[in-house]
Order: sequence, then C-alpha cells, then structure tokens
Amino acid sequence: MRAALGALLSHWRRHPLQALTLIVGLALATGLWTGVQAINAQARTSYDWAAAQLGQDSLERIVHPGRDLALADFAAFRRAGWPVTPVLEGRVRGTRVIGIDPFTAPPGEGVPDLSGADDLTAFLTGELAFGGAGAALPIAVRRLDGVAPGTAVADIAAVQRLLGTARIDRLLLLPGVEGDPASVVPGTAREAPPAEGDLDRLTDSFHLNLTAFGLLAFAVGLFIVNAAIGLAFEQRRPLFRTLRAIGLSARALTALLAGELLILTLVAGLIGCALGYLVAAALLPGVAATLGGLYGAPVDGGLTLAPAWWLTGLGMAVAGAALAGGQSLWQLARLPVLAPAMPRAWARARAATLRRQGAGGVALLAAAALLGAFGQGLGAGFALLGALLLGAALLLPPLLVAALDGLSRLVRGPVAEWMVADARQQVPGLSLALMALLLALAANVGVGTMVGSFRETFTGWLDQRLAAQLYVTGADEAQAREIAAFVGDRADVLPIVSVQTDVAGAPGELFGQPDHPIFRDEWPLLDAVAAPWDRLHAGEGALLNEQTARRMDLWAGDAVDLGGTAWEVLGVYSDYGNPRGQAILGLGAFDAAYPEADRRRLALVTGDAALRDDLEARFGLPPDRLVDQAGIKRFSLDVFEQTFAVTRALNVLTLGVAGFALWASLTTLGTMRLPQVAPVWALGLTRRAIALSDLARATLLAALTAALAVPVGLALAWVLLAVVNVAAFGWRLPMLVYPGQWLELALWALLAAALAALVPAWRLWRMAPARLVGVFAGER
Amino acid sequence: MRWLVLWLLFPATAQAQGFAGLGQGGEGFALPAPDPTFAFPEDHGPHPDYRIEWWYLTAVLDGADGRTYGIQWTLFRSALTPEGPQVWMGHSGITTPDAHFTGETLARGGIGQAGVTAAPFAAWIDDFAMTSTATDGDAYDALAVAARAGAASYALDLAATGPLVFHGDDGFSVKSESGQASYYYSQPFYEVAGTLSLPAGDVAVTGQGWLDREWSSQPLEGDQEGWDWFSLHLDDGHRLMAFRLRGGSPFLYATWIAPDGTVEALYDGIEIEPLETAGVEGRDVPVRFRLAIPAKGVDLEVAAVNPDSWQATLFPYWEGPVVAEGSHRARGYLEMTGYE
Amino acid sequence: MLRVRDLTKAFDTADGPLPVLRGVSLDLAPGETLALTGESGSGKSTLLYLVAGLDAPSSGTIEIGGRALSEMDDAARARLRRAEVGLVFQQFNLIPSLDVAANLAFHARLKGGTPDVAPMAERLGLAEHLSRYPEQLSGGQQQRVAVGRTLIARPRLILADEPTGNLDEATGDAVLDLLREAAEGTGAALMMVTHSERLAGRLSRRLHLRGGVLA
Repeated sequence: MRAALGALLSHWRRHPLQALTLIVGLALATGLWTGVQAINAQARTSYDWAAAQLGQDSLERIVHPGRDLALADFAAFRRAGWPVTPVLEGRVRGTRVIGIDPFTAPPGEGVPDLSGADDLTAFLTGELAFGGAGAALPIAVRRLDGVAPGTAVADIAAVQRLLGTARIDRLLLLPGVEGDPASVVPGTAREAPPAEGDLDRLTDSFHLNLTAFGLLAFAVGLFIVNAAIGLAFEQRRPLFRTLRAIGLSARALTALLAGELLILTLVAGLIGCALGYLVAAALLPGVAATLGGLYGAPVDGGLTLAPAWWLTGLGMAVAGAALAGGQSLWQLARLPVLAPAMPRAWARARAATLRRQGAGGVALLAAAALLGAFGQGLGAGFALLGALLLGAALLLPPLLVAALDGLSRLVRGPVAEWMVADARQQVPGLSLALMALLLALAANVGVGTMVGSFRETFTGWLDQRLAAQLYVTGADEAQAREIAAFVGDRADVLPIVSVQTDVAGAPGELFGQPDHPIFRDEWPLLDAVAAPWDRLHAGEGALLNEQTARRMDLWAGDAVDLGGTAWEVLGVYSDYGNPRGQAILGLGAFDAAYPEADRRRLALVTGDAALRDDLEARFGLPPDRLVDQAGIKRFSLDVFEQTFAVTRALNVLTLGVAGFALWASLTTLGTMRLPQVAPVWALGLTRRAIALSDLARATLLAALTAALAVPVGLALAWVLLAVVNVAAFGWRLPMLVYPGQWLELALWALLAAALAALVPAWRLWRMAPARLVGVFAGER
Repeated sequence: MRWLVLWLLFPATAQAQGFAGLGQGGEGFALPAPDPTFAFPEDHGPHPDYRIEWWYLTAVLDGADGRTYGIQWTLFRSALTPEGPQVWMGHSGITTPDAHFTGETLARGGIGQAGVTAAPFAAWIDDFAMTSTATDGDAYDALAVAARAGAASYALDLAATGPLVFHGDDGFSVKSESGQASYYYSQPFYEVAGTLSLPAGDVAVTGQGWLDREWSSQPLEGDQEGWDWFSLHLDDGHRLMAFRLRGGSPFLYATWIAPDGTVEALYDGIEIEPLETAGVEGRDVPVRFRLAIPAKGVDLEVAAVNPDSWQATLFPYWEGPVVAEGSHRARGYLEMTGYE
Repeated sequence: MLRVRDLTKAFDTADGPLPVLRGVSLDLAPGETLALTGESGSGKSTLLYLVAGLDAPSSGTIEIGGRALSEMDDAARARLRRAEVGLVFQQFNLIPSLDVAANLAFHARLKGGTPDVAPMAERLGLAEHLSRYPEQLSGGQQQRVAVGRTLIARPRLILADEPTGNLDEATGDAVLDLLREAAEGTGAALMMVTHSERLAGRLSRRLHLRGGVLA
C-alpha cells in the first residue's frame, strides 16, 4: 500500500507543473470564493450591529411631523412614564456620529461601557466618544470593538453641540406602552420601526454581485482543477494498470487516489484561505467605503478571522476537488485491469463528445429560455443564471469547432490550413480552459454591463430627483415660511411634503408634489395614462413607484389604495434604491388629505449661487438642514468609483484565473503536442514559424471565445437586470451596452491568451532538434 | 443617613475604595462644616456644589388586608465634577411579606427629566415624584409621593406629626473617627396613607414614614466596607436611627428622637450584632439583628419582614421593612450594603 | 546529388561529449538507392537526420545538389527540406490534425504546388480514406500516406528511417516497393536506414555503420 502510494505520488514529483496547476487552481478558486465570502460576512456583521444598535431595528419611534423634537420632549415623555430614549444622528467631518442618552438607552449593542474611571464624566461632558476605525471627531474618540468604521457614539448633548443643533431625530420607544403620544406632547405620533432589514435589502444587490463573482471565480478555478486531475489520471493509466496487475484492488487504488487528492486539496485549501484573506483584506476598505457611501451601511474595514471561515474555505476546496475529481475517480474504479495504456486519443471520442456537449448546451440554454419566460422569483433567476452560463460553456467547444471549420474554408495555403486544422484539433484539449475563459469574460461583460447600467441609470435618476439646487429644512413650519419669504423670487420654492402611510396595503410613503417644470419635464414615467401631469395636479389620481407597481401589478389606469383612499394610477416612476412603497399626489390633493403633514422641507430651484450662503447667514441653518445638490451628486459619484474599483479588481482576478488555466493547459499540451508539430517541422517549417503559429492559434481561440463571451455576457447582464434584480428588489434597470468595454475586454483576453501561450511557444522555438527528432525515432 | 451612592461615581474602583467609591476624595467640591445653619425651604432643594445628595423616603405600612408592607422612594443626585454634569438616579422599592419589587431609573440633569425644586418643593425623575402638598408651614409637612417599582407602583400621601430632626451635631453628621461628615436631617414623623398597586390588585395602606435628607462630598473612610442602617418607629412614640459602618475602623452612631422631636446624638453605648443570616442573591446577608442601647433602655431583636428585600439595581443592596420585639415593639426600615 | 565528407557528431551528455559519428563520407547519385545498416546506436539514424538538415553536425560537410548545409541557417535548411528532401519515418510521419487528402498534398503545397492527390491515392489504395484522419488508419496505411506525400512532392532526395519498422513483412515490402519506384521513376536518390538485411538487399547499394564509421 505504502509502495503503491509512493509510486502514485512520484508522478507529481516528475510533473511538478501539474501539481502546481492543481494546487494553484484550487487555491485560486478557494481564495476568491472565501475572500468574497469574508467580505460579505464582514459587511453583514457590521450591518447587524448598525441595525441592532439601540434596538433601532425593532423599536417603535415617536416623531413629530410638525417640528423638531428636543430633549425637553424627551423629558416630558419620561415624566409621563413613557420609556423612551432619544437619538440624534449626523455627520461631522465625514464621521457618522450617533448621539445617545446613556441613562435611558436600552442596554446592549451600541451603548459603550462607561464604568472606567471618569469615563462617564468625559462622555457626558462631550470630551469622549466611542468609535470604529477611522472615526474622527473634534473630541477624543476611543476605539471600541464592534462599532462600525467611520462611526462614533457620543452623548446626545455632545452631538447636538457638534452638529450645532438643539433638536433630536427621534425617540425610540421601548415595548409595552399603549396609548397616543399626542396626549403627552401634542402633535407627536408613533412610527413603526423601519421595515425589516432595509439595509440588508438595499445592500443585497451589492452582495449578490460579489457572491456571483465569487461563485464564477470558483467555477473557473474548478475547470482548472478538473483539467489537472483529468490529465494526471490520464497520464498515470499505465501505472494504474501495473498496480492493478500486481494485485492492488480497484477499491484500494481508488481510495489511495482519493486520499492523494484529499491531501493535495487540503494543501491547496489552506493556501486558498490565506489567499482569500489577502483578497478580502485588500478589497474590504473599498467595499466598506462603497457600502458606507452608497447605503450609509457601516462596514468595518478591518478583517476578523473566524475559525469557521477557515473551515468553510477548506470545505469548499474539498467539495470543489470532489466535484472536479469525482468523474476521474469514478472511471478509475471501473477501469478494467487491461485497459489500454495509451492515452485515449482525443479525436477518437471527439465527434461524440462534441455532440454530447452541444446537445447538453442546447438543452441547458433551452431550460434557461424557459426559466426566463416562465420562471418566478429569485430561485428561478439563479437557476437561469446557472443554466445560461453552463449551457454557454458546454456549447463553446462545438461552436469553436464550427467556427474553425468555417475558417478552414476561408484560409488559403497549406500552413494556414494546418494552423486552423490544428486549432480545431486543440479545442478538446483546451476546452476546459477555454470554458473558464468564456465564463470569466462573460462575467466581466455581464457585470460590467450591469454596473455600468446601474451607474448611468442611477446618476441620471439622481439628476431628476435632485433637480432643485438647494434643499432646506426649517426648524418648524414658521421658520420654513420665513425661509420661503426670504428667498422671495430668487428661487422657485417647492414644498416637499410627505406622510408615512400604507401604499397599496404595505407601509410606505406618500408625497405631495407641486406643479413645476422640473417634474413635468424631467421625470420620465415608465407607464402613464394620457396627460398624467395635468390629471395629477387636477387631483384625479396618483403616481406610483416602480417597486409597488411591480409587486402589486398595478399600472396606469388601475386603482391603488393610499392610506385608505382609492386613487387611479396615473403613471409609474423609477425609484431606485428604495425598498418601500411610494406614491405621489398632486400638492392640492395632498394638502386636502393630509393637512397635518410636515411642511418644513423646501426645494429651491434657483440659479442664484449666493443664495446658499445668504440662507446660512440669515437662518444659521446647520449643514444637514441646508444641502446642495452638487454635494450629493459628487458624493454619489465617488461612491460609484469605489464600487468600480472593487468590481474591476474582481474582474482582473477572474480573468487572471482564466489566463492561468489557459497557460496551464497550453503548457501541458505543449509537451504532448510534439508528435503534432514534429512532422510539420520535418517537412520544412522552422521552429520559429511553428512557435509563432502556436501563439497565433492561442490568440485565435481566445478571440473566438471572446466573441462568444459578449452575447453570453449580455445575456447574463439581462438576467441580472431584468430577472434577478426585479425578483430581489422590485425595480428593473434599463440595460445599456458598452461596446468599448467589450473591445477592451477582448484585448485583455487576447493578451491573456498570448501571455499564456508565450512560454510554451518559446520552449518550442528553443527546443533542441534532437527532441523533435526523437519523436520519430524514440519510444513513446 | 443613606450611604448608597451612584455606581456611576467610581464604579471601577468601588471595591478597593470602599462601597461605591465613597472613600475617595472630594477635591473641588464644597465640604460640610461643623455648626451648620440650615435655611428652608432652600435646603430642601439641591446643593449642586456637593458631590452627592439624596431625598430618601421609606415607609412601613399596614395593608387593609392585614399584611405588613414597605415602600422606598429615593432620588440621588451626583455631581460628576464640581462643574457638573449633574446625574440623577431614582430607586423605588415595594416589599410585601413574600415579594419585593424594584424600580430604578437614571437621568442627566438640566433637561427636566429629573430634578428638585425647593419652592414649591418637588423632586422627580421620570414618573417618580415627591411633591409638597403643604399649604403652610414646612414644605415637608405634607407630601404626595408616587413611583413605579417593576410591576407594582404606589401613590401615597404623607403628613408630618412632628418637626424636622437634625442628626449628629445639629445636622453635621460625622461618619468616621477621622472626621468625614455630611449634612443630615430627617422628617421621621410621617403618617402615611395611600394605595399600593400590586400585580394581584390594589391594596389600601396606612403607616409610618421617614424621610432622610443628606448631602456631602467625601463621606466614607477608605477602608470601610459597608453599613447596616436602621430607622425605627418605637411603640412609645420614640424614633431611633442607628447605624454601624463595617470594616477597618468600625463606627457606630445613633440618634435618639423623642416624640416631641428632641434629639440626642449617641456615639457610644450602641450594640448592633447580626443574629441570623439568609442566602440572598448568592451571598449571606443578616436578616435578624440585636440592636441595643442600654442607656435608653432599648434592647431589640429586629427581623426582616421579607428576607429577600433585595434591590437588584446597578449597584445592588438590601433595603426593606423590619419589625422589632424586645424592650419595645417597633418597626421601621433596614438598609444593608457591602455584603459580598 | 548528396555528398557527405568527414562527418562527425557528438551529443552532450552528463559524462561529456558522446561521439556518435566519427567521420563519415559518402556520395549518392540521382536514382541511386542506398541502404544504411548497423546496430542500434551505430549512428545510422543520426546520419540520416544530419543529412535531412534536422540537426547540425559537429564537423564535416553535407552538400545536397551542390549546396552545403553548413552554410545555411535554420530557415534556409527548412526551405531546403521543403524543396529537395522527402522524409519518411518509422512513425508519426503524418500531421494528425489534417485528413489523408491534406496530408498527401501537404508537402507538395509547401513547395508551392497545387497537386492532384487523387491518382496517387488511387494508386496507393487510399482513395476511400481521403477524408479520414491519420489515427483512424492502420500503420501500413499511414506509411503509405507518408510515402505518397513524398512521391507527390517529388523531392530530389528521399530519406527514410526504418519506414517499415512497425509493419508486417508484406506491408513493409509494399512500402519499400513504393519508395524504390519513387526513386527510380523520378530520378531521386533514396537513402534508407534499416536494420533489416533482407530489405537492405533489395536496394542498389548498402553501407554498414559500426561505431560511428562506415565499415
């Protein structure tokens, strides 16, 4: 047994490249997967912390639609026996600061331990805050584990001073109190806690992308592993036969090989985990910045390593290797003792294999089409993704062969014909690597298209939404009226009014919209009755956001229930990033229905650049009360750049993995290909010409693969945008195509292929003639 | 004297520095001085220059159901530094023979959630309130008091049948051999009537109450561990306050109060010894004492109405009604701190 | 046609240079058929490869049609092989990725011709196999394709290295007949390495190599 194991393992010593391929492939697959998982896990832990902080995810709130709440209101509720605690959030120099009252905050998450000597004093006097990484305030910030990066917790009075305000955002109400808060403080109302997991749902989109990328990278890696294992088994067939002939049972041999595979897998898995850690550590700051900026979701930029993380990584590696090696082991277990020792000729099974692959690919694509047409929900969306990608991968070899057949009829001259014919013959040997390349390229095209579409749509939508130049909130309605009077005709003053109410039966938000060209002209409607704006302002109906329209299947002309009143749907508008229902009434109709709504917010449409400063000087508005459009847009764009940085990094990594697969395959094939090139050389082609043709051939195959990857990637993008996104988030993004991106990507693919082929080609060029001659004379 | 003070003050060093850190220095704070002159109603209100201060009411009550009850209403004020901030803590307790309810709440000063005003007198934190209902005379002559304690609550009216009494030397109360002291006076003559709202239903109660007022800045020796404190209403109309400070330099004191309010401060001849302990919250706490002042003909065996009168607050302690037999029949309140 | 003078060849090994040819001189005239025999390791295959320009000698000269191989670079030698030399080996003669028809035509097309392979295929009994791939042929069929390719290309020098080594006697004889015919029919010179005395006897001349020199 030991001798047999030694004999088996000696193969790897003689073929270190194969061992390297296997280990690196598996390590890359595991690494990218675990890296992405680590990022996701880290982010989710951070959200949970943020959402659970002070129980904000579960506690009812008390709000005042008509004016700011102050600490005096808090005291009034407390003295009436209401268990409330105040919260004020804001941003100070880029740090998100949360003001709490340490005496009444529910114990647990987010309430720092103030038992250290003088800590309470320092906290209450506003000299001490507690923060995550990177949190910086004009006061001392002590690092506290579990607090999100860029976030600090301080005493509420300290935060009021920092923000230059006397208000609080809301009162959180501990459970168990009945009654109407207006009986304590007139005008106040209860508000349900934010719908469950808003943040999760918002950021799901981002994590979905990361997970999809992780999975693709893993799949790409498995192709490499599969190829390496298959080759190692193939090459050792004579050895297997010998071992079997001297009395080793098929079961024992299979067990030995499985054990060998397990050892290699564990080594690779450990390397992969370490790699994943590096990937995650390198990408996490970008991810954290993206999520923080995009959704206000705090994510700790530092990575924590849990033992479970390593175990999961190793588990994935073992599962992957089992998947990749299972077929080979299965075949081996059934190998007759006297199976031919010669490597199976590729081409002998070529036609049948191609037919099988083609049939499988077509079947999968048909399944994908059916899922696309009739599938419902996220599960179907992912099944569709899987069927699409696997189907495309399986179709790649037959399509490549067909393309090369077509090409062979076009080319002239024996060398060119030979080159094409040889490329055709190489397809089966390279098919796994090329499939990996296809998946990597398709993923790049798909995700690039999705991200690009998202960016363009979102920023365009932001332009519509932020059509006004300034957004002002008065301390109360009186100040809002003063501001409006002060502005006079220096700007169009548009009130922003809204109430929390049920929209089509689910908690949502209802807005009143004034009649102004920025709405009529700038807001595209996805679906509308005739003259929707005129009818809106005539009070004849409402506009509905896309999420609600899709969820409830309510479109122009249907009736929708808004807070107990039925309205006709006049149109449907895009509302990205908002998981809740939303609707818009004309301002007149809104005012009539909701006279009590908060009337402190104003949008100012103006070209007057000095207005902002004048308002600030006149009313002393704190920064969060006077927001300019440019700032928001700049911020949003920064956020997208961050997203791109992460996506690009993952793109490059995936492509790198595919390039490695190609290199490994070409290098392995390089040694096996001598019988292919030796006759050509003997007949009068120089080694240089043959090497160059090898380079050209690899590039040609990559080019054909890239050409196929574009439609597959677009299909992928379509599935992500039109199926997965709609199922997951309720809105559909228009798909925008970026041919420039494809071209760039194709060039990268060609470069990757050329680089992958370079070393084998160079070797061929420099190969001693004696080795080539040996083909004709030597034993094989 | 009620020595419990805010866990907030020096919680990290509490164990090394005496109970709840009371042994630490009071630098920068005003310090009690001998021969005080009290001015009312001002001194019923807060003294923010001093580190700690409390309004501390206990009452032992007879229920219409024939059972004995006790209630506690306490508001602590603590200045974290001489310049502030002021922090308030309210404790409430309701003891029945077989149950004990605890309420606790904390608040910052300055926003109206908690505070004390001298005229008209009102002390409050959240919905714990003690308000003067006196129309003339001293503001403490008549009080309305209400608080929640867990699942129970109470609302009581108090009427004083005697004057304010001043402990120690005319209200300058020395706490150790080395001279730590506080200002300390009481109103021990309350007749109480009102209602306890217990989970099982309302109970009408009447009884006797005792209000302590005390403020200081540095009251306890560093090596003192805790105290056993008694306030008793004797059946002959006398009132007795007695305590012993346990630890390195034990210190005993008693105030003997005649039915007319005449006060005698006793620094020796006081015997306080535990007779029986009970396991409460994982520690042994005395629940029966011998309390004797031979010079006054007092020799009592004092027993807890409910041995489980445990105030499971941030800084836990024992506080509950007691009944006494022996030279007199008596009842009142016992507070014990520092038992580990 | 072929002129070899004082040819030596040594291979670099771990134990120093290993001389394989120690000074070989020979001439071959058009139409002449030469059998090169010798023990395993006598250097007969090496001599053939040097003559084909597949490898470079350590010293000595080779002239084909009056042109010295030693004066040529890799590319020129490749051109010479294309134009003047036909090679038939014991195995792996054919280009696996091309079918029989393309293999037959390949050499001639490399020379720039546009050959019609049908008559030759007919003659070699390969007409039905034109669209097959080498691996689908038997060893004898493969060698016939290799010979046919050489015949179609009409080289002036045919070099064959154990062309029948993998074949049974009858098939081997048929292949040899084809090679002889090619030489005799086109006036090409044939040099064939073989260890078979019987086959050697069927050629017009024979030389025996022993220890790197002609015996």
